Amino acid sequence: MAERATFRLKTGLAEMLKGGVIMDVVTPAEARVAEDAGACAVMALERVPSDIRRDGGVARMSDPAMIKGIQAEVSIPVMAKARIGHFAEAQVLEALEVDYIDESEVLTPADEANHIDKYGFEVPFVCGATNLGEALRRLGEGAAMIRSKGEAGTGNVVEAVRHMREINSGIRRLAQLRPEELAAAAKELQSPLEVVREVAAAGRLPVPLFCAGGIATPADAALMMQLGAEGNFVGSGIFKSSDPERRARAIVEATTHFNDPERVAAASIGLGEAMAGLEIGELAAADALLQNRGA
Amino acid sequence: MVGLDGLIIPGGESTTIAKGLESADLEPALRAHHEAGRPILGTCAGMIICDAEHLGFIDAQAKRNAFGRQLQSFEADLDVEGIGDEPLRAIFIRAPWVESHGPGVEVLAEYEGHPVAIRDGNVLASAFHPELTEDPRFHAIFMAMTTSASAREGAEERTR
Repeated sequence: MAERATFRLKTGLAEMLKGGVIMDVVTPAEARVAEDAGACAVMALERVPSDIRRDGGVARMSDPAMIKGIQAEVSIPVMAKARIGHFAEAQVLEALEVDYIDESEVLTPADEANHIDKYGFEVPFVCGATNLGEALRRLGEGAAMIRSKGEAGTGNVVEAVRHMREINSGIRRLAQLRPEELAAAAKELQSPLEVVREVAAAGRLPVPLFCAGGIATPADAALMMQLGAEGNFVGSGIFKSSDPERRARAIVEATTHFNDPERVAAASIGLGEAMAGLEIGELAAADALLQNRGA
Repeated sequence: MVGLDGLIIPGGESTTIAKGLESADLEPALRAHHEAGRPILGTCAGMIICDAEHLGFIDAQAKRNAFGRQLQSFEADLDVEGIGDEPLRAIFIRAPWVESHGPGVEVLAEYEGHPVAIRDGNVLASAFHPELTEDPRFHAIFMAMTTSASAREGAEERTR
């Protein structure tokens, strides 16, 4: 008997994206640039994070017409963002047959207490996390892929580094615990015991773990892969740089060959200006961090 | 790739893999492996990469995303030639099928009338992902191809 939307079909697509780069795009023309540069998927959204940050206001799911235009333009998977907790936006994205939904802190949260019940959907979800507890809570809600939150739209990789280290060191600690210690660990992590047991036994998340939030250069991409990311999401870093086509190709190259500094060096030459970056301390002082949304 | 008896080109995005092969200049090594008669297993995107429009290792045309987008991804029990009577649980993710093929191509499995596992000489290809399940029987076909090719190669060297 044929079955659809099983959990391994959901995580399976993410498995196929490992080692690749998923690029934020706001138009079909940008999606074309991304696919031609070797992106393994694109993320359709209405504005890239740095513009959301600059313009303020409420950031929502993209216009369905734009998503359809992007789906018609490229043959790689098309993902799209829904607001945290906004299951009706997710229903719309599912009706549009996007390949993955990102329940994303980059958009303005729709629910301050609850995330979407992702088991209620056939389309798979990716969710952001700043630490292991957050990642495990999202898995408990049915996420089929986890990404670091980082601090989107800053061009500053420091938060992505912090989150990737937090998640991976959390997993290592969990893997060392004795079985009777796992219930207390679950309590501390504020996460479902079942998921905690699974991660402790496997020594890894049961789904792919990608990096997102602040990658602007090929070296940033290589850094995150060496820190244990299984692939990279790049948002503003590409289309807010001076030469998006070259930078997109260079970030793909650096993600693929992250352990080969000569190739990363060659990819880094002559890219023009990277996006202008933002200092995290100033954002924190202004209470403007996106990563604190939806813990 | 020197010293390999067999090579697996797994799933992924075929456009991404094709660009990666080009940027890393891997095509000559792949061709050398194929021309030496050493087996290749291509799954999903790997099957597309081996088809007539790409590397040309199989006399077949794959149709990309033939079964549809992620929402149409599915798993199903599949009868596969050469693995015994028990069907194989096969995982199809945004999967291709074989749209057309030459007379020398053996069809090992079909789904809804479309070939989804084929063998052409030393190349074995599937539209599904045997790497995502625990069942080793499809890999066993490839292992048998690889051990016999490597034994043949060893025998040829000894007679030289």
